[in-house]
Amino acid sequence: MTYLADVAALTRKDLRVELRGRDTLPAMLLFVLSTLVVFHFALPEGSGETAAYGLLWVAIVFTALLGLARAWVPEQEHRVLDGLVLAPCDRSAIWLGKTLATLVFLLAAQAVALPAFVLFFEPLDAAALGGVLLADVGICAVGSLMSAMAVAGRSREVLLPLLVLPLAIPLIVGGVGAAVSAEPERFLLFVLLYDAVFAVLSWASFEYVVTE
Amino acid sequence: MGLALVLALIVAPEDADQGISQRIFYIHVPIALTAYFCFGLGAIKALLLLWRGEERYDLESYVAIHQGTIFGALTLITGSIWARASWGVWWTWSSNQLVLFLVLFLFYCAYFMLRFSLEDGPRRARSSAVYALFGVALIPVSFLAIRLASDFIHPTVFTRDGPQMSGSMFATFLVCWGAVTFLAYVLYRVELAGKRLDADLRELREVLQ
Repeated sequence: MTYLADVAALTRKDLRVELRGRDTLPAMLLFVLSTLVVFHFALPEGSGETAAYGLLWVAIVFTALLGLARAWVPEQEHRVLDGLVLAPCDRSAIWLGKTLATLVFLLAAQAVALPAFVLFFEPLDAAALGGVLLADVGICAVGSLMSAMAVAGRSREVLLPLLVLPLAIPLIVGGVGAAVSAEPERFLLFVLLYDAVFAVLSWASFEYVVTE
Repeated sequence: MGLALVLALIVAPEDADQGISQRIFYIHVPIALTAYFCFGLGAIKALLLLWRGEERYDLESYVAIHQGTIFGALTLITGSIWARASWGVWWTWSSNQLVLFLVLFLFYCAYFMLRFSLEDGPRRARSSAVYALFGVALIPVSFLAIRLASDFIHPTVFTRDGPQMSGSMFATFLVCWGAVTFLAYVLYRVELAGKRLDADLRELREVLQ
């Protein structure tokens, strides 16, 4: 139970930092809305609904990347990470707390972006929404680990998308498939499998990334 | 190597369907398999590094992935030539193996970006090792994803009933595979020796200063 309490405390800390500083969430919101408007002009007339679903996924992945790029910056700047690593809690709790906080930001951004997508482009059915939710979990789980790696590097803003995008390709396949396919169950199951595999892998390997 | 080339170019019977261009198969597929093997080796060394914490595994993992990336790039090039010869296009998204290699190539290029961006030290070694481990998890997952995403056109040579080749073709294939694996092993040893020498020299210089 202490593990869950640690995770909850770490998540709360991130949410509180965001509430006071407002560094990440407004940027994500504005970014995703601007992207949708850009897509309206990028899609020629009559290019069809499937193209819009594809572009929605581009918007989601890049919005997540925007949030993830900021995820560990406060920790790095104020050397909080050293303190967290020294704290008497399991290191993977740090990863889980950050993943949950990033997930909350991403869901909040999507709470605005998805209705806007329906308004501007095409309706979304339950399978498409399920795909978005499941893929969010995968992106945040893998992304918060990659972001912790990248933040120690010299060129962290450039590095993060390079690290995450090849790993996100299966999620995009699953998400787009769930939105456009006639039998979305296969794709949802695939995204669920991805989440399970990579969440366990990230959970197990986080400790090695942050310790000196 | 020489024997493999002779067998592949002259001895093996021509494919009735594809003619001369099919001969690139004897180079393309062994290179692809060797690339997978190198990535797997890199991941095993990475796992050993995380597990045992011995520093030498870092360099071994890095060199194995470096070789894998070189062979992966060669796979893309030979695959592209083969695609041009038999389908008339330099690139096709319907070939699952080629798309998978493109994804892997991007992934492992990012591995090098990560390595060159971090400061030398145990943290870089461990981060690289974790990323290398993600790579071997990504291979089957991406393969599944690409297969889900597209229809299946690439000629399937290895099915559940075993290889679909005649005896002499299969023998040639095996010799080529052995030759390419041997080449990869020699390159791996040479690069590892060079990198070790480099590290020793740097240490020596620091001691002298």
